[in-house]
Amino acid sequence: MASPSGGPGARRGPDGAASRRPASPKRTLGERLRGRQNVNLWFWVFVGPFVIGLIIFVYVPIVWSLYLSFFESYNTVTPTKFVGFGNYADMLADPAFRQSLVTFVVFAAVIVPVTFVLSLTVALLVARTTVMQAFFRSVFFLPTACSYVVASLIWKMSIFSGIRSGLANAVLGWFGIDSIPWLSLTEPPWYWLVIVTARLWLQIGFYMILFLAGIQRISPNLYEAAAIDGAEGWKVFRHITFPQLRATSTAVLLLLMINAFQAFDEFYNILSTFGTYPPYARPPLVYLYYTALGSGQDFGHGSAGAVILTLIIAIVALTQGRLLRLGRRDD
Amino acid sequence: MAIVRGRRASRVAGWARYSALGLGALLFLIPFYLLVRSAFMNESDLGSPTFHWLPPEWNTENLTGLFSNPAIPMARSMVNSALIAVSQTSGVLLISGLAGYGLARIPYRWSNAVFYTITATLLIPAAVTFVPSFVLVSTLGWISTLQGLIVPGLFQALATFLFRQFFLGFPKEIEEAAFMDGLGYWGTFWRVVVPNSYGFVAAIGTITFIGTWNAFLWPLVIGRDQDSWTVQIALSTFLTAQSVEVSQLFMAALVAIAPLLLMFLFLQRWIVEGVERTGIGGD
Repeated sequence: MASPSGGPGARRGPDGAASRRPASPKRTLGERLRGRQNVNLWFWVFVGPFVIGLIIFVYVPIVWSLYLSFFESYNTVTPTKFVGFGNYADMLADPAFRQSLVTFVVFAAVIVPVTFVLSLTVALLVARTTVMQAFFRSVFFLPTACSYVVASLIWKMSIFSGIRSGLANAVLGWFGIDSIPWLSLTEPPWYWLVIVTARLWLQIGFYMILFLAGIQRISPNLYEAAAIDGAEGWKVFRHITFPQLRATSTAVLLLLMINAFQAFDEFYNILSTFGTYPPYARPPLVYLYYTALGSGQDFGHGSAGAVILTLIIAIVALTQGRLLRLGRRDD
Repeated sequence: MAIVRGRRASRVAGWARYSALGLGALLFLIPFYLLVRSAFMNESDLGSPTFHWLPPEWNTENLTGLFSNPAIPMARSMVNSALIAVSQTSGVLLISGLAGYGLARIPYRWSNAVFYTITATLLIPAAVTFVPSFVLVSTLGWISTLQGLIVPGLFQALATFLFRQFFLGFPKEIEEAAFMDGLGYWGTFWRVVVPNSYGFVAAIGTITFIGTWNAFLWPLVIGRDQDSWTVQIALSTFLTAQSVEVSQLFMAALVAIAPLLLMFLFLQRWIVEGVERTGIGGD
């Protein structure tokens, strides 16, 4: 940083030397803070509160959880019975845990590409609109203000309620089709439609905003050059817009994947009835919630599950970032 | 000739675009419409076999009943949500703002090491760590307390990261002038940097507020007693236990999202910017 040199404006002591106080370890904290050169101290004044909080509320729980995952700890956080990798083996052998990973894969396989395509489409349409652009953008963005709980309520009790006065069944009724009990049947699994559409409604606007920002960053010169070459429509998208959106697309895919992995709210609120959750359609966090914080308070297995999930998500994030980076030509 | 055909084609494309957008907008508004409609309906009309586009009879007792029914802790849970959202948002802005500035501007020797320690936690999604965090908070005896709901959420690595990126791009000349005037790091930050960063602070603030107000898993894990319920937990409890009249439940949901809808009306610009910043992670 700028340090004042001995120019005409510099303060000078009576003997003509710059009046810098000699660095003495005896100075009080107040004196040290006033001395502007004390870089180390000021760094910790600014960054210290955050780092201390991060250590207490993020690093300590993670390390503690690692410790718990090697012990049998029902209802206690100071366990005594060491079981080695027993909890991990139990988790990996538990069909319910593996089933929760399958549930995540199925869910992600649908929600990630569908959200990606739809939010990109909406962004492209909105970006090319001149009249009422702000209106359309606001309408698609508005559900971002809605919580998963409120959306679950609308989806469960109004749109997809099993009775005839639910909107979906009312629409079917106009075409003479019988009512469908959307949430109480497992064959066919209509509940997936309920869960996927709720999440689509909630998050398309968010990703649309990201794509819109990316589209606005593309230089108009590229489009002019394409117009001179006679390219239009799909060709412009294929050769200019989409390649220019690579950074945005990478970020969106990663966020979609991480968010799908953390799905909890809408599963819990839509599928759980009278306080019980059905044995199917349990994504990883729902499974973990009932294992670690249900009646058993099984922190050992719960911690082992959390560690396994953290590893999986870190690996997914790193490989995805790597794959998408590998696909990029050097620029 | 070619120009005429091009113009006609683009007009057709324009119509198709507006029809698609109009249809999409309609679909996106239907859930809001259903929420408002159901909130003002009689319970018997809501359960009747015919679908009503509008309430046959506008019922406003759902609203008054919401705050007079002792079985529904609506007022208490709204106050809890407001307390948590306001204190967590201001806390995150203060703590992450300071940390971001320190990391961006104070040339401490181990600054980079500290920065990597912080960003490493970005790889671990917060939702996956709810079991370890619950273990810690229960050890502190903070279950069902406001501090248990607020304090662990104050230390957001993403917010700190974004503040750092933002301050790195802050015009250095202004700060240097302030520094020459003898303001030091603290004075420069509060008197020069902060007043020139309100837009960014508003963006991070609005997006943090929305996230806190709508948070579900952590309040569910920590808010065991009814007195510590946030409005989302109250709604969820009545939804999954089906212990309250459905029309009243819709009214409660309408009340719960009203503050955020108002925010959207007046602060949408900052919310959009907040989404852009947090979504791409500073790019």
